[in-house]
Amino acid sequence: MAGVARTLKRRRIVNAVMLAVFVGAAVLAVLPLIFIFLHLLKLGIGSLSWDFFTKMPKPVGEAGGGLANAISGTLILIGLASAVGLPIGVGAGLFLAEQKGSKLANGVRFLSDVLNGLPSIVMGIFAWQFLVRPVGHFSALAGGAALGAMMIPMVARTTEEMVGIVPVALGEAALALGYPRWRTSLAIVLRTASAGIVTGALVAIARIAGETAPLLFTAFGNQFWSLSLRQPIAALPLQIFSYAISPYDSWHSLAWAGALVLIALIFIISLIARVATRSRFSTGGGD
Amino acid sequence: MTLPERAIIATRQEDDGVTLRIQGAAIGDRVYSGAITFFALCIPFLLLAIAWEIGSAGWPALHKFGFGFLTSSDGDPVQGEFGAAPAIYGTIVSSIIALVLATPLAIGVSLFLSELAPRWLRQPVGFLVDLLAAIPSVVYGLWGIFVLLPVLRDPVMPFLRDTLHLDKTGLFSGPAYGPSMLAAGIILAIMVLPYIASVSREVLLAVPRSQREAALALGATRWESIWGAVLPYARSGIVGGIILGLGRALGETMAVTMLIGNRPEIAASLFAPGYTMASLLANEFSEASSDAHLSALMAVGFVLFLITVIVNAIARWLVWRVR
Repeated sequence: MAGVARTLKRRRIVNAVMLAVFVGAAVLAVLPLIFIFLHLLKLGIGSLSWDFFTKMPKPVGEAGGGLANAISGTLILIGLASAVGLPIGVGAGLFLAEQKGSKLANGVRFLSDVLNGLPSIVMGIFAWQFLVRPVGHFSALAGGAALGAMMIPMVARTTEEMVGIVPVALGEAALALGYPRWRTSLAIVLRTASAGIVTGALVAIARIAGETAPLLFTAFGNQFWSLSLRQPIAALPLQIFSYAISPYDSWHSLAWAGALVLIALIFIISLIARVATRSRFSTGGGD
Repeated sequence: MTLPERAIIATRQEDDGVTLRIQGAAIGDRVYSGAITFFALCIPFLLLAIAWEIGSAGWPALHKFGFGFLTSSDGDPVQGEFGAAPAIYGTIVSSIIALVLATPLAIGVSLFLSELAPRWLRQPVGFLVDLLAAIPSVVYGLWGIFVLLPVLRDPVMPFLRDTLHLDKTGLFSGPAYGPSMLAAGIILAIMVLPYIASVSREVLLAVPRSQREAALALGATRWESIWGAVLPYARSGIVGGIILGLGRALGETMAVTMLIGNRPEIAASLFAPGYTMASLLANEFSEASSDAHLSALMAVGFVLFLITVIVNAIARWLVWRVR
């Protein structure tokens, strides 16, 4: 009997230790996030001012200056990426949802996941080879296209998921009323799923907004004010990168401020996405 | 598709306007399904285009050096010599460090969330872990340069080397500059953690309640029910999550480029700077002076493409089998 009691005691101790390890893992996993936020706030907020958003970068040694061109560049790139990624992604998602189970849909779904896992630098050199090399110069268009291509699989999969949860009866009702299939899909099914699709699109935009690697050889960056789509264009992530690896303290603090703005932009987009889902799908229960 | 066609037959004898409208609908249907099929086919086409563009641009280098250039370390692009071995070695080693550090943590978090955490804590903690995936690579790099590297340089590396005497293993020896394979591996661990954790959590939550209850009813402690009944059930899904994380780690570019030191040499010590395929591309691509160099870089890109396609396909297959 003593043996059993000892075993039981040991089992209880092992149990307590392992459960404590899980709690520890959870704490440890969240710590880096907290540190990163604290440092971003501490080191970034000092350089944030009105000038940061409205002025151009100054050469080394001159005080002040801002990242107006990088901020506008990032917004332009996001717009271009959405113009490429959203229609193709939503269309492909509709196909995946409507042809569910067909061989072609299964294949496309599989490849879409593979595409989603491709390193962004690979997308960068592809866009360079495809869009920059033939033209002979870097351009905002090439950068936007690279980011847009990265959005396609993300948007396609969320569209498929959102269209999938629209009740079949809704579409059938429209068909029964004599709606042609294409109008049923676009005006009834897609519209019902639109809140979820918008959320998915925003999540995809939030993810590509901070991408740097695909822009290195496409949008390239620009020290000057440029809104031209055929010229190289500045972007916040590129600017953060070049300031971070520079040897100047004043540029380092600009990099922190830029990172803070970039993170704020990403979180605002994600927050809108979350709110949009919650208000429309309030009965869904969430995850 | 059956409904409008039957309608056409039924209304053939009737008003011409109605017939026209219904025929219009049939055309609309055809245009619509053609359009969405086209958009869907963009995805395989894009993958093919990537493979073709990068593969054909890298072909001259692969043809000239053969696959031997993957195992050669002679890196003198000016002389037209090019070896990708240090980059491939660094890619593998930094990813292994990342997985070794991230996997136990990620599984721990997901077990905490699926088995232990009270309901009210689940969503906030899960959300925070997911947030890690929303931070851009370049911000991780920035944080790594100014926060992680100083910490590694001062207490951590000397502690591992001198206090724990791990320098005898060869892995933790040499000067502690900061930028190193170890630094890259640590930042990668933080970056892939949310991917592994979210797949694991999803898979663990899909384990039926009865599985746990049966183990508990037999007198198992909670840990024993997790170890004996929950984890085996979720195993292949978790492995899929780890491989998904591996795919991310292999191709991660900016943070690694900023922290690994970018030296094309194979060193045994994790304190020494290294190189990865992705950081090689990020560093040298815009400076490639000759066609041969450019082609060699494209060949590296093609290898990276192939590896990540294979890794992602395996991960996808494993995770999907569970669902």
